[in-house]
Amino acid sequence: MPGPILEVRTLVKQYPSVTAVDGVSFDVPEGTCFGLLGPNGAGKTTTIEIMEGILAPTSGTVLYRGEPIGRRFREEAGILFQKTALQEFLTVRQTVALFRGLYDRGLDPDEVIRQCALEKLQRRDNRKLSGGQTQRLLLAVALVNDPTILFLDEPTTGLDPQARRNFWELVQSIKARNKTIILTTHYMEEAELLCDEIAIMDRGRIIAQGAPRALLHRHFADVLLELPSHEFPPEARALPLQVFEAADRIEITTNDLDGTLRALMDAHVPLTHLRIRPPNLEDLFLELTGKELRA
Amino acid sequence: MIRRLVTVWHARNLEFLRDRATMLFTFLVPLAIVVGMGIVFGGPPRPLFKVGVLTTNLAAETHPFLHERFFDFVREPDAATGMHGVARNELDLLLDLHAHGVRYWVNPDSPKGYIAERLLLQTDPQAVRAPVTGQASRYVDWLFPGILGMNMMFSCLFGVGYVVLRYRKSGFLKRLHATPLSAFEFLTAQVLSRLGLILAVTTILYVGVGTIIHFHSAGSTALLLLVATLGALSMIAFGLITAARFSSEELVNGVLNLLAWPMMLVSGIWFSIEGAPAWVHFIAQLFPLTHVLNAARAIALDGVGLRTIVPDLAYLGGTTLVFLALGAWSFRWRAD
Repeated sequence: MPGPILEVRTLVKQYPSVTAVDGVSFDVPEGTCFGLLGPNGAGKTTTIEIMEGILAPTSGTVLYRGEPIGRRFREEAGILFQKTALQEFLTVRQTVALFRGLYDRGLDPDEVIRQCALEKLQRRDNRKLSGGQTQRLLLAVALVNDPTILFLDEPTTGLDPQARRNFWELVQSIKARNKTIILTTHYMEEAELLCDEIAIMDRGRIIAQGAPRALLHRHFADVLLELPSHEFPPEARALPLQVFEAADRIEITTNDLDGTLRALMDAHVPLTHLRIRPPNLEDLFLELTGKELRA
Repeated sequence: MIRRLVTVWHARNLEFLRDRATMLFTFLVPLAIVVGMGIVFGGPPRPLFKVGVLTTNLAAETHPFLHERFFDFVREPDAATGMHGVARNELDLLLDLHAHGVRYWVNPDSPKGYIAERLLLQTDPQAVRAPVTGQASRYVDWLFPGILGMNMMFSCLFGVGYVVLRYRKSGFLKRLHATPLSAFEFLTAQVLSRLGLILAVTTILYVGVGTIIHFHSAGSTALLLLVATLGALSMIAFGLITAARFSSEELVNGVLNLLAWPMMLVSGIWFSIEGAPAWVHFIAQLFPLTHVLNAARAIALDGVGLRTIVPDLAYLGGTTLVFLALGAWSFRWRAD
């Protein structure tokens, strides 16, 4: 395992009425993709903005290569904010060139434009791009200094599924170049696809951390059965099963699939719409917090 | 329709009332203007003419012309200074009451000087007109640098402040903050960008309007450009101090007005503040525009060289650095 490129130590961010980040600590190994997961308001963006040096913590420290965040970090970090704006009346190419000019070293703008598949858009006004194209431009801006560490704060929120998949391919190509990536998301599919390690946040704290597969194995030795709520009769609730009621469905966790199915049939539960699947990170979050991730 | 109108009206009022700083300035600016105008223009009716009197004790003089209404009589220490004021239209008339009979000096190109002279001769037909030595200038020659300076001032104060505010509100500044760019570098770039624009506009106005009104600078045009450059730098940096922190257009508008109005009143754009109370002179000397106009008029009307205007240039250069440092120190990248 490579050493940490970023060390986060007992980070606290206190606002007058709320503690947004409450004693968060973790290390990010170099060359990995580290995911911060959690619902809206969990403290992901506050944590990542402190790590980026944009926001001052109330207490705690962030070390980049063993040193406090400073000039070197700003030269070597690439950042894609959750919400950002660009200078108006500039073309895509001019926007990339503007940011290239702010760093001592970096890539040729043409190279970044090619990496982010913006060749055909480079003369277009940056205000006239679609959501997916804008995200690709913002990614190009984040890559223009050839960063060793890349922060992506909910990069695919609001994109359509096709644009999201295109963006994931771009991130995978960046990851293949041994860059360290720190990603916040509430899309579990995104985290499972891109992240080597994840930290799940809730109410400003990390409630679980590890490799996605390892976390699932640690918390689920079982399979999940899903049934529509209206097909689960009240008398079946008395069965000795581990049942969780979501908005419109019943989830049953079990390590004895045969026995559970037999019990359901004995209780005359219709199994026409039964779905059996392995647990995912969404289930893990549900298991850990009792609420859905995108709530 | 009425419901939707009332809903939006109510929401806008709430927004305004909850933005305390903006609300404070919205009421503070008109109040400050009322107080300022009251101090400057309050009391007895303003005099129409300003007349210099060569005397050691103005109060002891008894000439009947000194009792004329709507004249502002100011003591002049010597004839040279007084004549300089007449030549530059800062004085409508200069009187010497202790010569053999009354002597006076008037700028032949000054309409107000002509009327003041008629009134003097009505009171004292024996008064003798003496020739003004040196180059007499027209009022428009005296006013022209003031107009250019006023245009520069508004462009400097308002032109940069709103841009920085827009960058902050849109989150573009936050994005720049994530790069190695420092606040000083960012602000300096904004100042220089605006400076180029202002110098271009001022040059066009100088050449265009100057040709129409037949304005000729007695001194070096390069020196005038140097004054305009340092003046614009100082005033842009002055405006940037307000844009350095705030995130509300209304608040920034209020603060910029609070700076612009006093500058317009006491920096000598429209009329000379000679004879005004000492505290007015003190405040005027604090404003960069006063030094721009002092230096520009000295070059254009009196033909002075660099050495004479060094104090004004030093003040403009010094305040530029101070204002930029203050702006960088108090600068906020984020809106919240």
